[in-house]
Amino acid sequence: MIDKKHIGMDLGTMTLDVERGRLRFFAKSIGQTDPVYTDLDAARAAGHPDLPVPPTFFFSLELETRDGFGYLETMGVDLRRLLHGEQRFTYHRVAHAGERLTLHTTIADITAKKGGAMELITRATTVTDENGELVAESRGLMVVRNPEVAA
Amino acid sequence: MSASLRDVAVGTELPPLALEQISRTTLALFAGGSGDHNPIHIDIDNARSAGYDDVFAQGMLSMAYLGRLVTNWVPQERIRGYGVRFTAITPLYAQPTCTGTVVSLDTVDGEQRATVELLVTLADGTVTLRGDAVVALD
Repeated sequence: MIDKKHIGMDLGTMTLDVERGRLRFFAKSIGQTDPVYTDLDAARAAGHPDLPVPPTFFFSLELETRDGFGYLETMGVDLRRLLHGEQRFTYHRVAHAGERLTLHTTIADITAKKGGAMELITRATTVTDENGELVAESRGLMVVRNPEVAA
Repeated sequence: MSASLRDVAVGTELPPLALEQISRTTLALFAGGSGDHNPIHIDIDNARSAGYDDVFAQGMLSMAYLGRLVTNWVPQERIRGYGVRFTAITPLYAQPTCTGTVVSLDTVDGEQRATVELLVTLADGTVTLRGDAVVALD
């Protein structure tokens, strides 16, 4: 069982530069065909100052943070047992390439289900800009399967 | 092309987005593109050691596909929130289709908003993601 003392664990604050090339690679990897996400002229014609950060890319930025999946090791979780259960984003504005964003992630909750056969870890992340204004919030539910625990 | 108050009602369906079959290349590219390097999605040895027959798709790949469905419908700056529940694994060679239906219209903070119920369904009928997005209407 994951020790509940990890609730509230601060996974740290990381400041990242959003790069155009990185956004183009992400777009390619999801088969994006809308040029707004890859072509600067198309993005500007649509009213964006630069390539927009697509809706789910904040999760990728979370993985860029110093810790990545490292927090799971700290909790003694085998990565192979992990499944993504839920993911939710709240948007305050669209972010763009060229921006410097700060991500701060904490472990918001740890619970067990089915007598410990499933453990649920909730991560909460805030994304703020250089003015300290909130850009987006992300909440992820990670499911750890413990098949050896009889439900 | 984008949704306006005039033409959006409860029951309005978004134009579906049919994806190509998921290949090993798809998974390798998304591992790099997304920064999710969990080997369970790209290394069959790792997947087998965890009791799976083969690698399977990253959940966030399907969430990104569903995001494309929404941004094909409205410009991204209109999306206020977007969430999903991953209900089944997406196996290799699966063919996902993203669909969405407007389920409610509300006024929040003086803004007209539509809530869209979202699904990713495989060719065999398996629902792999259930989600919702809240978008502002002009």
